[in-house]
Amino acid sequence: MQDERVSMLRSLILPVFLGLTMVWPSLSSISPAGDLGGKKYGEMTIEEKLDLVAQATLAIDDEGRVSSAGLRNDVDTLWICLAAFLVFWMQAGFACVEIGFTRAKNAANILMKNLLDFSLGSLLFWAVGFGLMFGVSRGFFGMSDFFFAGETNRDWAFLIFQTVFCATAATIVSGAVAERIEFHAYLIYSAVISLLIYPIFGSWTWGGLYHGGGWLEGLGFHDFAGSTVVHSIGGWAALAGAICLGPRLGKYRDGKIVPIPGHNIPLAGLGVFILWLGWFGFNPGSTTAVGGGGFAFIAVTTNMAAAAGAIGALAISWAWFKKPDPSFALNGVLAGLVAITAGCDVISVPLSLLTGLIAGCLVVIAAVVIDRLRIDDPVGAVSVHGVCGAWGTMAVGLFASDGGLLTTGNTHQLVIQLIGILSAFVWSFGLALLLFYAIRVTVGLRVKAETELAGLDISEHGILAYPEAFVIDTGMPLAGSTMLSGHSKRL
Amino acid sequence: MKKIEAIVRHFKLEDIKSTLMQIGIQGMTVTEVRGFGRQKGHTEIYRGTEYSVDLIPKVKIEVVIPDSDLERVLNAIIETAYTGQVGDGKIFVSDISQAIRIRTRETDDSALR
Repeated sequence: MQDERVSMLRSLILPVFLGLTMVWPSLSSISPAGDLGGKKYGEMTIEEKLDLVAQATLAIDDEGRVSSAGLRNDVDTLWICLAAFLVFWMQAGFACVEIGFTRAKNAANILMKNLLDFSLGSLLFWAVGFGLMFGVSRGFFGMSDFFFAGETNRDWAFLIFQTVFCATAATIVSGAVAERIEFHAYLIYSAVISLLIYPIFGSWTWGGLYHGGGWLEGLGFHDFAGSTVVHSIGGWAALAGAICLGPRLGKYRDGKIVPIPGHNIPLAGLGVFILWLGWFGFNPGSTTAVGGGGFAFIAVTTNMAAAAGAIGALAISWAWFKKPDPSFALNGVLAGLVAITAGCDVISVPLSLLTGLIAGCLVVIAAVVIDRLRIDDPVGAVSVHGVCGAWGTMAVGLFASDGGLLTTGNTHQLVIQLIGILSAFVWSFGLALLLFYAIRVTVGLRVKAETELAGLDISEHGILAYPEAFVIDTGMPLAGSTMLSGHSKRL
Repeated sequence: MKKIEAIVRHFKLEDIKSTLMQIGIQGMTVTEVRGFGRQKGHTEIYRGTEYSVDLIPKVKIEVVIPDSDLERVLNAIIETAYTGQVGDGKIFVSDISQAIRIRTRETDDSALR
């Protein structure tokens, strides 16, 4: 112990000594240990000198131990918590996006789903999910740390950070199943994704961050903050939900697609900005440590991809549909953010821009294709989170500075990334399809037609989100419009 | 007595209202309405799919006036609401058989002033 402190002192003493000579008079008058008063620096014991230096460099903790490691741990804990709080705030972003992109008559219902999936998920992830994800594992799921009891404050920080990630995966689905799912059916789905679907896949990739370890991380699969683990898992579950539920009434009529525009585009825009901010916790925070300041680089790649995603989606929708579509531009931001999440730590800034730009184009194409396949996803959750999550995970195999196909010519990483993408699809889509089908044949999945027409707010929750006239005005599928096919028949 | 129903563009409402007040009209009723005429609708695009908006929002102004004021009021509305573009709106005139002011029970022309 003594040797360690002495050697540490030696490394600190020269630079600090220069500084101390300048501030010596004031330091000596507020001498930290209280028993240095009057002593000249040269007369101090090594211990006294060490205390003085430690105080001056903030490298002493509350118990008086000289330890820069202790301080560093506290700062890391602070950073994890700050990042967790930002990621928590993404729940508000998701709620705004989903409410804005759907109709006024279902706004309170969507808010309730977002509120409840976080609340249920928080409890279940602490009780079971965390243990399955991070407990001691043979490679497929963890079997310890249930009803998690942290030993250190760092453990608690890790729990809250992982809880908000789990809730992000869970809440993705609510947009795709919006305006037609039974509330109790959603609660069941939400419990299962937080309890099983997300944590078990998570253990394959991230279990090693704590007591666990999984087969995918064993292969060298790289998903830094969860393009696949969080977003694709949520996105593919959303696809299963949308397929199992079927489209909203009136969405596909006489072989034509009838758009059902959202009722509050500014709210959706606010939601996207909230998510963008939250992502600065999601990606940079996934460093879970401040050492070296690597989070700053990640903040830049994250921001580049988001900005390029908006521009990509805007450009392609403008060229394709002759108008710069706000809903697609907003989806484009999220597409870029989802895509860069896997490789935000290993993809260079110019290539992160390209990753986001491609994601922005991809989200528009995917949303249109999914719509033309008659799969009704009101907010584009499948294309944003499923498709762009898969793209971003693949982008690691293409663009990673170390091991990417286009940067190093090596295909090894790409193959592993594709295995990860495929396993996420099979696991999440397969299980969610089974789950939604089981809900459908047991307790019921979809609301009655009358409920859907009147809106879920008044029929399921007994309340309207807005004054009645506004809800009725915008509540019907595109009040006052028909498909183009109806035009010729009209006088 | 005549009732004038003028269906006009939203942005003309304030002008028409002040013109009518200037020529001494004492009251009016305004309603938000939707409909179509020669202007028809227009097509819009949402998330890659075209749709047509057939029923266009307009505002309907109703005024009930003594027969003698009819020409004056019609001219005032027409001049103020006119832009020359399709979609300026329409005016309908009908007879009114009775008018009563609830507070005083005055009837007909005196109820209108």
